[in-house]
Amino acid sequence: MLRLENGRLGVIPYLMAGHPDRDRSLGAARSLAALPVAALELGIPFSDPLADGPVIQRAGQAALEAGTNVTACLELAAAVSGQVPVFFMSYVNPILSYGPERFASDAAAAGARGVILPDLPPEEADSVAGSLQARGLATVFLVAPTSAEERIRLICASSAGFVYCVTLTGITGARAELPAGVGEMLDKVKACTTLPVVAGFGISRPEHLAALAGHADAAAVGSAVVNEVAEGRDPARLVGELLTACR
Amino acid sequence: MKGRFGIYGGQYVPETLMSPLAELEEAWRAARGDPAFAAEMERLRATFIGRPTPLYFAERLSEHFGNRLHLKREDLCHTGAHKVNNALGQALLAIRMGKRRIIAETGAGQHGVATATLCARFGLDCTVYMGREDMRRQAVNVQRMRLLGAEVREVTAGTMTLKDATSEAIRDWVTNVRTTHYIIGSAVGPHPYPEMVRDLQRVIGDEARAQYQAAENRLPDFVVACVGGGSNAIGIFTAFTGDEDVRLLGVEAGGSGIASGHHAASLVAGRPGVLHGALSYLLQDADGQVLPTHSISAGLDYPGVGPEHSFLRDSERAEYRAAEDADAVAALRLCTRLEGILPALEPSHALHVAGQLEGRVLVCLSGRGDKDLDNLDDA
Repeated sequence: MLRLENGRLGVIPYLMAGHPDRDRSLGAARSLAALPVAALELGIPFSDPLADGPVIQRAGQAALEAGTNVTACLELAAAVSGQVPVFFMSYVNPILSYGPERFASDAAAAGARGVILPDLPPEEADSVAGSLQARGLATVFLVAPTSAEERIRLICASSAGFVYCVTLTGITGARAELPAGVGEMLDKVKACTTLPVVAGFGISRPEHLAALAGHADAAAVGSAVVNEVAEGRDPARLVGELLTACR
Repeated sequence: MKGRFGIYGGQYVPETLMSPLAELEEAWRAARGDPAFAAEMERLRATFIGRPTPLYFAERLSEHFGNRLHLKREDLCHTGAHKVNNALGQALLAIRMGKRRIIAETGAGQHGVATATLCARFGLDCTVYMGREDMRRQAVNVQRMRLLGAEVREVTAGTMTLKDATSEAIRDWVTNVRTTHYIIGSAVGPHPYPEMVRDLQRVIGDEARAQYQAAENRLPDFVVACVGGGSNAIGIFTAFTGDEDVRLLGVEAGGSGIASGHHAASLVAGRPGVLHGALSYLLQDADGQVLPTHSISAGLDYPGVGPEHSFLRDSERAEYRAAEDADAVAALRLCTRLEGILPALEPSHALHVAGQLEGRVLVCLSGRGDKDLDNLDDA
């Protein structure tokens, strides 16, 4: 599912699909797809993103204002899925509205590998996860620092593709430092699953990656990458630096 | 299914909140079964809120409408609305859970004022999220909250109203959940909030039903309440759901008219979707994006609704209609002139519909209208 090299921390950049508009979003995705990243995460914009900080909130708003809908996100995935493993990150309502079965079928046709659903815990996931699985798509669940022991086991048992480990108690957004004890938490999750473990939230700097190496299989980098796009820069430069730091 | 009303409700939240929600559910269950907790609630309901609130026969409105109208006077609660019933219970629960920081969202400001009041009373730290547009149109309540020692944080996202304030409060909670209790103001949000808020608000209906029986020696034909998130409505409806002959009528904000698209009538004009942690009727576009809403009343200006109302709608135990801005303003003026009672714009929506009914009508007068005076000049 993920493109991982033995013993090396992978990098998974995140882009908000359709941000700041269709063409520039496609440009950014192509540019990142050409790098040796573990996967590319494509955000489907939603009007009320509860788990996101200001950078991704603003990007989602801009994408919606530019007319981005689920169909446009699927087209973007299709354009790069031959080059890089693509995972969607979506709040559940746009998928419910599109229809879980129809989404699963169209996402599979677009070459996507799976979907990360930040507001869908395993307890609520039956219909959506079932539809995705029927089309060979992974449903990725998230572990948080507040997750009780038995929830970590439930999430690891329910997840497919990889387990997404939220490094901090909070919303997305680059932080100066990762919380102390993040390695310990990742080790605990690793002990519960044979799937790759991906760390996310707050990660933006080479020294963050150094702290995660040996504990996680890959690091998702969201707001920092989205911020590059928002500033009109090619995000491949930042992601390239992070990849170098992993070597 | 756990935390569901039919298919509605659930816990569609970031994983960070799942264990804290389970702890909250457990704490609430334990508190409910604790006689000391109940006694403390009872004492403060009587001495701090001023319960029971009266049931009032609105003689001159009845004459005007050609029906027999009673008002459940939640406007007489301390702080001026039913919101304090919920805030009291949740503040006591927060103290029990050892959480000394409280956050809340507010639209009209009534829930924010109620929460800030309880925080002042118990010495809790209080932060209230409020949309910039609501801070403008409910300025008096902003001043009250600040006097009470609360920090009012302006929310400038989206339409800058209740929906956006709620999203921002949830983000705060995701970040500070270990130290903070989130007092949701309506019967919305993830399980156990809709149940908990209902249970804290059902005192309205329990009192009203007994008072109505005592005064009229029978039950009303209609129970009418306004519905934004729906906490005063579920609070009064719950006591009557077993009384098959009593029709339950919820009134949503029709804004400038359903056809105009500028309204907040999720049960009348929406379809099921997920917002703020629950599956319920929702005003959303074809792509599942939540739509901007409009209502003259900040307290009803919300695109979602409590999941139990969605269940009551589908099961046809309750009916839901919409009243437009102008109708609510007219009802507010009428009630003030004929009864000497200035209702808030929110329950004025219910009063408008009550005026069209024949027979015995009980309206939940959920709050007083002092906060709305600045808006009436515009209307």
